[in-house]
Amino acid sequence: MTATYELSHLRMLEAEAVHIFREVAATFERPVLLFSGGKDSVVMLHVAARAFWPAPLPFPVLHVDTGHNFDEVVEFRDRTVRRLGVRLVVARVQDDIDAGRVVEETGPKASRNRLQTTTLLRAIETHGFDAVFGGARRDEEKARAKERVFSFRDSFGQWDPRNQRPELWNLYNGRHRRGEHIRVFPLSNWTELDIWQYIRDERIELPPLYYAHRRPVFERDGMLLAHTRFVTLAEGERPFDALVRFRTVGDATCTGCVESTAATPDEVVAEIASTRITERGATRADDRISEAGMEDRKKEGYF
Amino acid sequence: MGQLLRLATAGGVDDGKSTLIGRLLYDSKALFEDQLAAVERTSRDRGEDYPNLALLTDGLRAEREQGITIDVAHRYFATPRRKFIIADTPGHIQYTRNMVTGASTADLALVLVDARRGVVEQSRRHAFLASLLGIQHLVLCVNKMDLVGWSEQRFAEIREEFRRFAMKLNVPDLTFVPISALHGDNVVHRTTNMPWYEGTSLLHHLEEVHVASDGNLIDARLPVQYVVRGRDFRGYAGTVAGGVFKPGDEVVVLPSGFTSTVSAIHAPGGEPVDEAFPPQAVTVRLADDLDVGRGDLICRRGNRPHVGQDVDAMVCWLTERSTLTPGSRYVVQHTTRSTRAVVRDVDYRLDVNTLHRDTSAHSLSLNEIGRIRLRTQQQLLFDSYRRNRTTGSFILVDEATNNTVAAGMIIGPVLPAANVVWHAAAVGRDDRATRGLTVWLTGLSASGKSSVAVEVERRLVAAGRPAYLLDGDNLRHGLNADLGFSAADRAENVRRTGEVAKLLADAGVVAVVSLISPYRADRDRVRAAHQAAGLPFVEVFVDTPIEVCEARDPKGMYARARAGEITGFTGVDDPYEAPRSAEVVLRPEDGDPATMAGRVLAFLDR
Repeated sequence: MTATYELSHLRMLEAEAVHIFREVAATFERPVLLFSGGKDSVVMLHVAARAFWPAPLPFPVLHVDTGHNFDEVVEFRDRTVRRLGVRLVVARVQDDIDAGRVVEETGPKASRNRLQTTTLLRAIETHGFDAVFGGARRDEEKARAKERVFSFRDSFGQWDPRNQRPELWNLYNGRHRRGEHIRVFPLSNWTELDIWQYIRDERIELPPLYYAHRRPVFERDGMLLAHTRFVTLAEGERPFDALVRFRTVGDATCTGCVESTAATPDEVVAEIASTRITERGATRADDRISEAGMEDRKKEGYF
Repeated sequence: MGQLLRLATAGGVDDGKSTLIGRLLYDSKALFEDQLAAVERTSRDRGEDYPNLALLTDGLRAEREQGITIDVAHRYFATPRRKFIIADTPGHIQYTRNMVTGASTADLALVLVDARRGVVEQSRRHAFLASLLGIQHLVLCVNKMDLVGWSEQRFAEIREEFRRFAMKLNVPDLTFVPISALHGDNVVHRTTNMPWYEGTSLLHHLEEVHVASDGNLIDARLPVQYVVRGRDFRGYAGTVAGGVFKPGDEVVVLPSGFTSTVSAIHAPGGEPVDEAFPPQAVTVRLADDLDVGRGDLICRRGNRPHVGQDVDAMVCWLTERSTLTPGSRYVVQHTTRSTRAVVRDVDYRLDVNTLHRDTSAHSLSLNEIGRIRLRTQQQLLFDSYRRNRTTGSFILVDEATNNTVAAGMIIGPVLPAANVVWHAAAVGRDDRATRGLTVWLTGLSASGKSSVAVEVERRLVAAGRPAYLLDGDNLRHGLNADLGFSAADRAENVRRTGEVAKLLADAGVVAVVSLISPYRADRDRVRAAHQAAGLPFVEVFVDTPIEVCEARDPKGMYARARAGEITGFTGVDDPYEAPRSAEVVLRPEDGDPATMAGRVLAFLDR
């Protein structure tokens, strides 16, 4: 036999993710896929659609909307779900603020990031979702590095990192009682570079924010933040124009950008391959709260 | 773009494991400046005199507070040649559960030893677990070579000691690399400090090691995961678990047994492909409209897995909240099937340090490994784990808590005794023309067993008595072709040969067996089986001293074993346990093979 039966590492990662999507679709009643328009969720949705070809995606997508969105991202979100013919469920943080379930932070550094947890859990409960796909990757952050692909959440939506189910081979244990649910992370083993190589190879469209563009920004805590209608400048903070791109896209008030000239997927791949700073370290003010910032939020039910 | 290599590491700071991984990550630029700065800051605050790289992945608060690694940590790095996923686990015995988890998907295991201390209990345990989980490539890194003066002799001692131990395991590819993780010697680049070392650096080995053919490419297996339905479309989606599927293949769907032909195979997204192999996720279409659903398995007509409800398996118990005991009920998840199961029996508990089997054990608790028999409610479609890591593995889930409580590796279907009823025949032994027995010749390679056996068979047949020679080497071409030379395989080799001899003897034939059969316990089991069946068993010890055998060496095997080309060779680096009470003992001074055969026949005629 002369043929070599080898898969490239991207096809291997894709196969693993496809297996996970099919496993969930076959064994859960009401799965949902978290879709923010960020690159990881775009890749996740792309792989999911491929997993069920030629049938349509057998579950809806959910956007937890902080109300502080980049306009380009919302436009991209709507266009993408239309193109794929998937059902979009939007859960609004504003609704929880209006109903008094959460209280909005005040001051110049106010962010709705943490409030999303309440909105997300409310949506899960209202719709009875029992499996929630998230685009989190283990290379992103050290609390995520220890999380399972199938991550159990109790009836309060909480994660118990000390009591996780062992996960062996490709046998995933999704058993749960009514009211509990499983967060599922099909891209667990992908790195930022894998995501970009896949975007390049598959020619996946992203919101334009991910590529170098000129926009007004200001500096805060050593990071560049976009100057949008949602932020209040503190004393001494001055907006200026810069050529930037976003490495992650989340709530507009706490997602930083980096100076960059990378305007195509190829250029971004090259930039990432040579960068020496992690994507969250460079761009996420929310992760800088404390060393255990992510772990604490995840325990409460965060993404 | 390169392939993916999944590797498992285990151990603690003492072995220098963190330093080694940190160096691999940093030198391959997978460790970022902000991560390194954070680690340096925390290490300094704690008064540690070097950056403690465990802080990088000890991501949980409890881990940082207690300064221990609790869980499997995944680390990622890539070189231009390959992408690597490291499943890193703590090394202490109380983390056997985590090691088993980390090793379950690994292609390669990295075991570290400190050159000053040599092979210790922990290194043996890690190697054993790697072998149990079916990892085919093992790299022993002899670390801290700088502290033993870069000694070639010290490295050779450790290598030989480890090799002797590893012979009892099923690890086909064993590599040894002398390194200094602290100074970087032989980690990424080859060092000039050990000019006597002719191998490559560790990273180079990891980049080059060939794992693509480790998966089973022979037995075509597709567990159906999900049925994709569209307009005029019905496809069976799943991840290929073994073999190669092609359009046009005649296939059978189990357990129903319906046959059909593969009409098309689609990759994710629909692209048609000419062939599908593990671990591709595909959608297969069949020419006929069959009732196929999740949990079914598509395979080739002439190559099917076992189908049954009784499974013999090794399991590792994963929870501290309960124990595994006979009679306990669980949900078993196996490929895409999920069904209830009851533990029929615990055969033994294995000591992971000494490999001793405790047959008096009747339960397994956290981190313990043992052999059990399981009865499932629905049939499972399975292969042995050694043959296929996907169709041979399962987990047990406790229905009360929904927790995963055990990891299982299937040995095979449960064999006879328990649930197979012996059929009485109409012909008894006294009805046959002749009475059979077994003559079992044991001894070293080149001891002269076969020459004597051939002569015994010839003279019996010449005298009109039915006799048949069962030669160990010949049986390995057929009946025992699937067995290697590990202790377990040798035991199975002896067992099968013993069973065949017993059948021949029962049929009235003199079975003349010529088999090294080095272990006393294995031979004694064959003797016991004959006794139980009321058949005579004559053990003949061909007691030729090893020097004489080695001087003969007709196949050049001793020379190769001495040169280290083959390992596990009886008498050289694997023990031969002489019989304590053989019926006949033959020594070189007894004369030529014909004379020796005469002595054996004289004993039979007694």
